[in-house]
Amino acid sequence: MKRYIALIAVLGLALAACATEGGGDGGGGSCEKEDLTLVQEGVLTIGTDEPSFPPWFDFDGGPETGTGFESAVAYAVAEELGFTPEEVEWVVVPFNNSFAPGEKDFDFDINQISITEEREEAVDFSDGYYNVNQALLGFTDSEIASATTIEDLKAYRLGAQVGTTSLDFITDEIQPETEPLVYDTNADAKAAFDAGQLDGLVLDLPTAFFVSAVEIEGSSVIAQFPASADDPEQFGMLFEEGNPLRDCVNEALANIDLDAIQQEWLSDVVDAPIIETG
Amino acid sequence: MTEAEASRRSPGMSPGRARRLAFHRRQRRRSLLIGAASSIVVFGTVTLVVVNSSGWEQVRQSFFSWEDFQASFPDILSGFGRNVRIFLIAEVFILVVSLLLAVIRSSRSPVLTPLRLAATAYVDLIRGIPTIILLFLLGFGVPALRLQGVPNSQEFWAVTTLVISYSAYVAEVYRAGIDSVHASQTAAARSLGLSSAQSMRWVVLPQAVRRVIPPLLNDFVALQKDSALLALLGVQEAFRRAQIYVAGTFNFTAYLAAALLFLILTIPLARYTDYLIRRQRERVGGTSL
Repeated sequence: MKRYIALIAVLGLALAACATEGGGDGGGGSCEKEDLTLVQEGVLTIGTDEPSFPPWFDFDGGPETGTGFESAVAYAVAEELGFTPEEVEWVVVPFNNSFAPGEKDFDFDINQISITEEREEAVDFSDGYYNVNQALLGFTDSEIASATTIEDLKAYRLGAQVGTTSLDFITDEIQPETEPLVYDTNADAKAAFDAGQLDGLVLDLPTAFFVSAVEIEGSSVIAQFPASADDPEQFGMLFEEGNPLRDCVNEALANIDLDAIQQEWLSDVVDAPIIETG
Repeated sequence: MTEAEASRRSPGMSPGRARRLAFHRRQRRRSLLIGAASSIVVFGTVTLVVVNSSGWEQVRQSFFSWEDFQASFPDILSGFGRNVRIFLIAEVFILVVSLLLAVIRSSRSPVLTPLRLAATAYVDLIRGIPTIILLFLLGFGVPALRLQGVPNSQEFWAVTTLVISYSAYVAEVYRAGIDSVHASQTAAARSLGLSSAQSMRWVVLPQAVRRVIPPLLNDFVALQKDSALLALLGVQEAFRRAQIYVAGTFNFTAYLAAALLFLILTIPLARYTDYLIRRQRERVGGTSL
């Protein structure tokens, strides 16, 4: 497969430069450490956003601590592939850049990225390592806290991060009367929520739990929205399109005890009121 | 226009002058033609090279897709209404606040010393802070205090941020205008019995403001573009609408659609500014400012 990478600068005039590059080696079935296709020789390079938040990562120590669900999964996969923790290197990849098409400077990215059809046209995903529900965060003493149906939520000012399945959930499922507010990062969205500029914030459930328990006083998870059982929303590790490493990571994922890791880091994400969708 | 025509239109003109004028006109036409021809050759070549390069098809699909333009444009256009609203409101306040700042800084009265110091400190401080930091401080920070009576509307804080930030710049523009009015003007006004405030109001400012209209328009263009900062507070203005579209399609045409909307406003304004500058230069002519 040949791939053209077009770099362009549009500045009144457009200058287009182009280069060609050989694609992945294809075939190469072996998952021995020496045979893996890596961005950096002998090192497993993993991407995630900065700052990274619990319960997925350790906020202060960063992803290299092994603390938090995604950090733990990443190191378990690395070990399965034959890398010591010292042979794992982390790079910063902003959420919305991660699933943009093109060459990647990481072997895989792990950053609560839901597997969607649109994204799969630009990048590749591993098998899902976590089934995620969207959740609504609100202030416990506010009106929105008494909502029990999707219908009840339409009247409120909701917000989410741009490019997320949370935003899609607001637009497609809740369809609020007031236009949702859209932020560059979850951190901005949380700031706006904390400032009272939003009635409710849509996040993935574990994040919503962490925010309500630790970050924003007086807030709670108003509801979680389970996806249909036959088509759950899943987080997957993200690869540059065509990266053969994916098959090896899938193999590793099948061999590690995801339930145990989940039990360790996401155990308190159990019961939030359920609002059925559709 | 021929020589004969020229002298017919301006009967008082000497034949020598008419000949000179006709010559200049011919010269001007000639350089226009040459300019047009060379532009066509240069831009034409660049276009050909770009369009025929092997990456062009991807570039065209990714940046200049007509379908994506059509699909994204209506949303972006309606979002752009918000940009227009906030930069128009902000501009009104900026012009007033910055004029006040400039007049205070240019005042000589000893009584006004504290005000003068405050105005100087304000300009120094605000000009040194990136607008985006101010926006986050005010737009998220202040409403988070949950003080009684403090608004938490995103538009309110975006406008406030732009007014605070741009006033510092625009005040300096006004001040340069005020400084450019020769001291003899004030002296003459004072000798006619005007107070110093009156001479500022009726003699200095009218001349100063007229001179700085081009740089004021220049700052207005910058302000229009910065109205996209509103997106950072969550509001779906033109840029954010484009971004939402791009996030779902990985097609960057929507960004160009948003850029186009800004250009439609800023380019005519830039041309008008050039025109004003040219006219001013012609009017002032050989006399020094």
